[in-house]
Amino acid sequence: MTATPLPAAPAPQKDRSQERQKAMLAEHFARLAAAPETGAKVVYTFVPGNLTELLLSFDILPVLPEINALQSGMRQRSREFIREAEKRGHSEDVCTYVKCDLGMKLKGNVGPTGDRLPNPDLLLLSYTGCFTFMKWFELLREEYRAPTCMLHVPYQADGKVTPSARDYVVRQLREEVIPALERITGRAYDEDRLREHLRRSAEAEEDLVRVLRSARRRPSPIDGYFGAVYYVGPIFSSFRGTADAAAYYRELREEVDERVRLGLGPVTPDGPMGPERFRLVVEGPPNWTSFREFWRMFHAEGAVCVASTYTKVGGTYDEGFRHDPDRPLETLAEYCLGCYTNRSLPTRVDVLCRYMDEYEADGLLVNSVKSCNSFSAGQLLMLREVERRTGKPGGFIESDLVDPRYFSAANVKNRIDAYLQMIEQRRRGAGA
Amino acid sequence: MVAPLNADQPAAAGAAPLQALVERARALSEDVQLEAVRAWKAAHPGRIAVGSLPVWAPRELIHAAGGLPVGVRGGGDGVEVVRGDAYFQSYICQLPRSTLELALDGSYDCLDGVIFPSTCDVIRNLSGMWQLLLPGKYVRYLDVPQSLREDLGGRFLEHELRTLRDELGQLAGAPISDDALRASIAAYDAHRRAIEDVYALRAATPWLAPSWELYLVLRAGDVLPVEEHTAMLREYRELAAASGRPMEDQARVVLTGAFCERPPLGLIQTVERSGCAIVDDDLALGLRFIRGDVAPPPDEDPLAALARAFLARGRRCPTMFLPDDAGQAKGEALVEDARRAGAEGVIFAAASFCDPALLDQPMTAKAVEAAGLPSTSFKYAENTGQFQPIREQTGAFADAIKIWSDA
Repeated sequence: MTATPLPAAPAPQKDRSQERQKAMLAEHFARLAAAPETGAKVVYTFVPGNLTELLLSFDILPVLPEINALQSGMRQRSREFIREAEKRGHSEDVCTYVKCDLGMKLKGNVGPTGDRLPNPDLLLLSYTGCFTFMKWFELLREEYRAPTCMLHVPYQADGKVTPSARDYVVRQLREEVIPALERITGRAYDEDRLREHLRRSAEAEEDLVRVLRSARRRPSPIDGYFGAVYYVGPIFSSFRGTADAAAYYRELREEVDERVRLGLGPVTPDGPMGPERFRLVVEGPPNWTSFREFWRMFHAEGAVCVASTYTKVGGTYDEGFRHDPDRPLETLAEYCLGCYTNRSLPTRVDVLCRYMDEYEADGLLVNSVKSCNSFSAGQLLMLREVERRTGKPGGFIESDLVDPRYFSAANVKNRIDAYLQMIEQRRRGAGA
Repeated sequence: MVAPLNADQPAAAGAAPLQALVERARALSEDVQLEAVRAWKAAHPGRIAVGSLPVWAPRELIHAAGGLPVGVRGGGDGVEVVRGDAYFQSYICQLPRSTLELALDGSYDCLDGVIFPSTCDVIRNLSGMWQLLLPGKYVRYLDVPQSLREDLGGRFLEHELRTLRDELGQLAGAPISDDALRASIAAYDAHRRAIEDVYALRAATPWLAPSWELYLVLRAGDVLPVEEHTAMLREYRELAAASGRPMEDQARVVLTGAFCERPPLGLIQTVERSGCAIVDDDLALGLRFIRGDVAPPPDEDPLAALARAFLARGRRCPTMFLPDDAGQAKGEALVEDARRAGAEGVIFAAASFCDPALLDQPMTAKAVEAAGLPSTSFKYAENTGQFQPIREQTGAFADAIKIWSDA
């Protein structure tokens, strides 16, 4: 008997997008390392409310301190960086991203590729959805003695973008941010270039949404939390609006489409995931210091995260937003205003309930991180609300972003196991 | 260590009026269930009471709507938090826990609405929790600009204030007129002056107006109409100035970082008992946020004047960003305040997990150190009950100041 040929392995296709992302990162960090020689201008900024297309239109290289911090966490360097910052008087209570970033700077500011990161020519403070950002850049201003430009993005307390808020952000872009970028680069604002980058962004966003929504299928071809943090990497950081990012998302979409066609589940760091047993929505950022171990606690039990809110902190594209090249500054303002943590708690509950429904999830799991009150304050109420509205069980764990002292693997695993057992018991109860 | 004489009790002989005032202030400051607000509403049927969280909220607008502005400041050390705990993670300050406890046990039923000013992510998210848990109650998150430009940040704030004004008018049942707003601004200008006068008395002669007493008098303002509180402050100033309390030779310190979650009264008393005279503090930051009078000129829109005062004379405190063009470096304002008050040292007292205070602290501490002022720091919670370590720390700090200043 001739064995039925196995479907073509998706690995080479998957590798193509991964390899591209790796090359993009390597090239970006090489350009950053060479900036002191090439004279390229460098702007430090944040993920939520980032203005990457605008920076690219000035040929500016962005550096994202949050990304530095999470990479330090994944590289097991955050412990020493945090310790260094705490030695200098930073409280144990405050955001560990901030301390990790400061500690990295104090230890030589060496990035993930081993090269020293250049100092900023400007600190572009996009104050979107996180109060700590303001203090973070005040602290960095003291370290680098660099000018700071504040973009104040009003909070969406009533769950909608008001014309007043949008106009306020547009005016800041026009009257504060663009002049600051012109000053450091010596170049004039070129709106046509900005439009071109925005056009590419919209293209990439379309593909990203298709990838994220693929998790509505059974089995889900992706993990919409642990896997998706890799997928959102380029669009949340220095690459949104580039041809490379557009190509990356096109390839990624093709790879995921192929997985769907073949009926495959997600690929994890330990290989393809086994049969899908649980479908979860996750609220809150992941822990980075034990990222793989954390993920394993899910995939080893057949739990796939079908949707997550963390993957929307850099843009809520699945809600329909696309950068619009025909309204360049207005679209940037609307993007900033719409980032997930800039939205009111009732809106966030609505998003979660929608995910529970559209992704046919078995439950909602909250990872409450110590560092991030923007995410964490109120999550237990959100959990209750989602349980009440959907009738699905919620689970709650606590950890941190990059401080390994706050990730207790045994406790987290116990909680996840107990939570999955509860889902299983409810299923049995429902089936009885 | 210098033994303070006035740290625990009001002046004795001939001090009955002062003692009575302080006891009244104590009762009002402990009124976390808002009985005084209920009484006010019963006496003023049809009028609104609107609460506000720390730090700055335009109480003038509530007042102009004929309402009673109420300070919502958590439960202090007198409330057992049960339900409030169930809504929060481990790592968060205490104020939202006890505030929610009081909201859920009905203590805030007498409030027709609550304003949540831009202070931090916790207060911001608490506004959303209020929306979810108390549907039908008026909730307003008040964003404040971080740009100092009048034509940019000022315009944004004006719009925010105008929205608030319209909504409060609707809540009260009648629009807020310009004349009413001018009158309310005048009432709050008088209140600001009365507070500064008491602070000036304390800075000049801290033994006459010990901080634990002033703390109670300030806290009474959470539930009193502004006119009554202004009168109380003035009366307190007169009585304290005439109290004849003996001079004490304590270390003069500024206490900073305690602008949101309130330290327990016992902590302030502990600091004073340990040999420190607090000559300035940010315990009433919201009430003192705007330095000086707003005093809108007759030809200026009073709302615009309020926004302008916020931008031009608002304190660039830890809840705010300090722009590059602010005309001062980080911590400079604190050093200036310390100098003005004749302080010999600074105590950084921040609530546990208070992001604004704790993130700001390394920068301001550096400025304080550069100015040659010694400092020390500790954390607290509103329900902190163990003061001995703090007493030892601030006692040693006071001793060090005295030893070095005598050297």
